[in-house]
Amino acid sequence: MLNPADLPSTFVHPESCSGPAQISIQNFNLWYGKSQALHSINLPILQHEITSFIGPSGCGKSTLLRAINRLNDLIDNVTVDGDIRVGERSVYERHLDVTSLRKRIGMVFQKSNPFPMSIYENVCYPLRISGITSRATLDEAVETSLRSSALWDEVKDRLKRSALDLSGGQQQRLCIARAIAGNPEVLLMDEPCSALDPISTAKIEELILEMKGRFTVVIVTHSMAQASRVSDHTAFFYLGRLIEAGPTKRLFENAHSKATQDYISGRFG
Amino acid sequence: MFSFGSKQSDSQGASQAPQPAVLFKTAVRIRSRAANNATEGIPWIWVCAGALVTILLLIAGLFGVILSQGLSALWPHQVIKIQSENALVLGIPMRQEEGTDPNTNVKQMRRLVYQANRDFGVNEFAFVPVERLVESERPKDVWFVERREWGPFLGRIQTSDSNGVATDVDSKTLSAMLVGGAERSKQLLHIEKGALADLNATMEDLRLEKKSIERQLEAGAIPDDEATAKSSNVESQLARVSKDHAALSTQVQELRSVDEAIKITLLADNGQTKTLPVSQILRVFQPNSLSWIERLGIFFSRLWGFVSEEPREANTEGGVFPALFGTVAMTIIMTVFVLPVGVMTAVYMREIAKQGVLVSLVRIAVNNLAGVPSIVYGVFGVGFFCYTVGASIDQLFFQEKLPNPTFGTGGILWASLTLALLTVPVVIVSTEEALSAVPRSLREASYGCGATRMQTLWNIVLPKALPGVMTGLILAMARAVGEVAPLLMTGVVKLAPALPVDSHFPFVHLERSFMHLGFHIYDLGFQSRSTELSRPMVFASTSLLVAVVLSLNFIAIKIRSQLRKRFEGRGAF
Ligand SMILES: Nc1ncnc2c1ncn2[C@@H]1O[C@H](COP(=O)(O)OP(=O)(O)OP(=O)(O)O)[C@@H](O)[C@H]1O
Ligand SMILES: [Mg+2]
Repeated sequence: MLNPADLPSTFVHPESCSGPAQISIQNFNLWYGKSQALHSINLPILQHEITSFIGPSGCGKSTLLRAINRLNDLIDNVTVDGDIRVGERSVYERHLDVTSLRKRIGMVFQKSNPFPMSIYENVCYPLRISGITSRATLDEAVETSLRSSALWDEVKDRLKRSALDLSGGQQQRLCIARAIAGNPEVLLMDEPCSALDPISTAKIEELILEMKGRFTVVIVTHSMAQASRVSDHTAFFYLGRLIEAGPTKRLFENAHSKATQDYISGRFG
Repeated sequence: MFSFGSKQSDSQGASQAPQPAVLFKTAVRIRSRAANNATEGIPWIWVCAGALVTILLLIAGLFGVILSQGLSALWPHQVIKIQSENALVLGIPMRQEEGTDPNTNVKQMRRLVYQANRDFGVNEFAFVPVERLVESERPKDVWFVERREWGPFLGRIQTSDSNGVATDVDSKTLSAMLVGGAERSKQLLHIEKGALADLNATMEDLRLEKKSIERQLEAGAIPDDEATAKSSNVESQLARVSKDHAALSTQVQELRSVDEAIKITLLADNGQTKTLPVSQILRVFQPNSLSWIERLGIFFSRLWGFVSEEPREANTEGGVFPALFGTVAMTIIMTVFVLPVGVMTAVYMREIAKQGVLVSLVRIAVNNLAGVPSIVYGVFGVGFFCYTVGASIDQLFFQEKLPNPTFGTGGILWASLTLALLTVPVVIVSTEEALSAVPRSLREASYGCGATRMQTLWNIVLPKALPGVMTGLILAMARAVGEVAPLLMTGVVKLAPALPVDSHFPFVHLERSFMHLGFHIYDLGFQSRSTELSRPMVFASTSLLVAVVLSLNFIAIKIRSQLRKRFEGRGAF
């Protein structure tokens, strides 16, 4: 185990900075009240690639993810310092319209959280709140998103039925469909498979791989295997700090820092 | 008057008193035999179960007493003979009790007997020593006559021919006569409540218009010649309507004299007779020669009459329809006010306002409001709604009718608002609870999709909280239906001249005073001529009130379970 004082400074492999960055996190700090949860994070997230966040529990992965779409605003007493840019614009700009930012960023949560509505209404919720009422547009968006999340064949005959009747895995895929229905640029996924069985997990991993090239995906995971299977880049966090980020292959085979090697090989975590 | 009811429930209580003790003993035995940790707490389980059983039995007893008394008031009971000082008289035996003879001071079993025939010099209710009841003698040909006035009659029915010779009437002729009488009454009622009432309303409107023109003239708002022209126009209309009214009144008069010429004679056991128009008679039957089916038929027809007719004889007879209508209407109007106001308040406190000292103080205040005695709300209602808001409305819109108040006095609107005020804390508290129970993950999902706070509230949070809101509403309605004290001051009356909804423009008259079952019961129980006379109506009305509360709750619970089903999966949208 490492003490905070002994932590190495952040090392980001040059390959992970080589493309156009969709999201760039610059010297970002975050406090919950008085306790600091994130310490000077610097990390580019490349466009249309899949980046995974790994690290032991409580190291701030979810916090960073929620900082990107400003979901932390819902929590009292959160203060931030530094900057996160999505595309060209800063997320923490003073007069930013948070809702339009969030419309550009889809989010999937650890526990599936479908709305108590029909399957159809769940998927088209992001469109409805943008004021889209045209039946044809909605129908089309619902079908494409459900197809993209590999749920269409299972639910196409029961679109009007409650989303809560679906199985856990189906619900999570429904949440993915909902997250991508508004056609966002970025998809944030916070441990999307942690509550699922292996088959559902495999399905969702497949989905994530298919999304490469269409969305910029950031996925938080506790499974090393999953990170190595789905992601192009991996970022390792520890105690609120980014320790190392780079191409997944490099990190898993030949990590720069000892802490990363130890965590990946399962020596702590 | 209510001692009767409580006596019954006392005996209920006594009968199940030993039950918990027995349960407890069994429990102790189980425990000592097993004597290990697994059985710990079993006595407590039994004690709690015993408490539950006690409560259930008490509730069952309560409903049982009220319902049996209420329904028995509508049942056509048999008539027996009673040995009076010198003759046998008719009577319906009622309850039995031990009492002392006022003359001899001897204890005896005696029975209350209903002898009807109030206008034949008979004590309607009399206590008779049991040995004087002649149960065996049940004359088959006795008629039980329900009349519009003077209460029921027991005895014989006769008609007199042109020579004045009276003969007992056979049931066929009688029923034909009654049908005719009912027909004529209906016709008269139709004219009086229809065309005649319309003409009256028009005349009243014209009179008000005339007054308004005079007022405007005085104020100088319109020139003299215009005022003259307008008033002469109104005058001529008034004259025309008055003529119509007079014509119709004559027609009514004629119909009435025709009706009153067709008479029937009632002959009581004590030899007294009374002749009255057939249309005064509402229902007749021979209580001792009815089959079970006929008895049931009469029971249900009385039941229907009870809920659908207007009261007669200072509310002690007839139906309670206006009271039933008033109760339901008031509850609905109250709901219309209390639901949006309560929900919006709760939403503001829980979802919009910054949680802090101020909100906590408001929350405490709201909780305390729920504990304020209801009469306080009544005083506030009459002071604020009737005399302040209502009086201002009158000044602004109903000046012609002054000094007669329109809104400036008690009415169903003010009563409903007062009750809404009384019940709004309940709705606020339960809505707040429901809102705080909406899982955070759902809100986050909505915000994550880019929804605004209002969109999240409206689309996700409120629908999810709706079953909880319904729970609050059910509690509020249950409380409102049963409240009488605040109504006494804000518009309830013993006998309302008209329902708050009728066929005259604007159809809904929220300023009208109204009748209410709760007040009806109070009025019958404490304000009527004879407690014995009104007792059956008290129980019947109470049963109805209970039924109203239960069915309103049932509807609300049905809606809630529908909503729950919807939010917990199952079922389509
Ligand atoms: N709402 C909050 N208020 C205060 N502290 C919080 C809050 N949410 C998280 N934290 C703290 O911030 C730190 C980072 O939490 P975070 O949820 O980001 O961890 P994580 O890496 O996602 O962990 P896990 O893998 O278990 O999900 C933790 O120490 C946690 O206790
Ligand atoms: Mg987390």
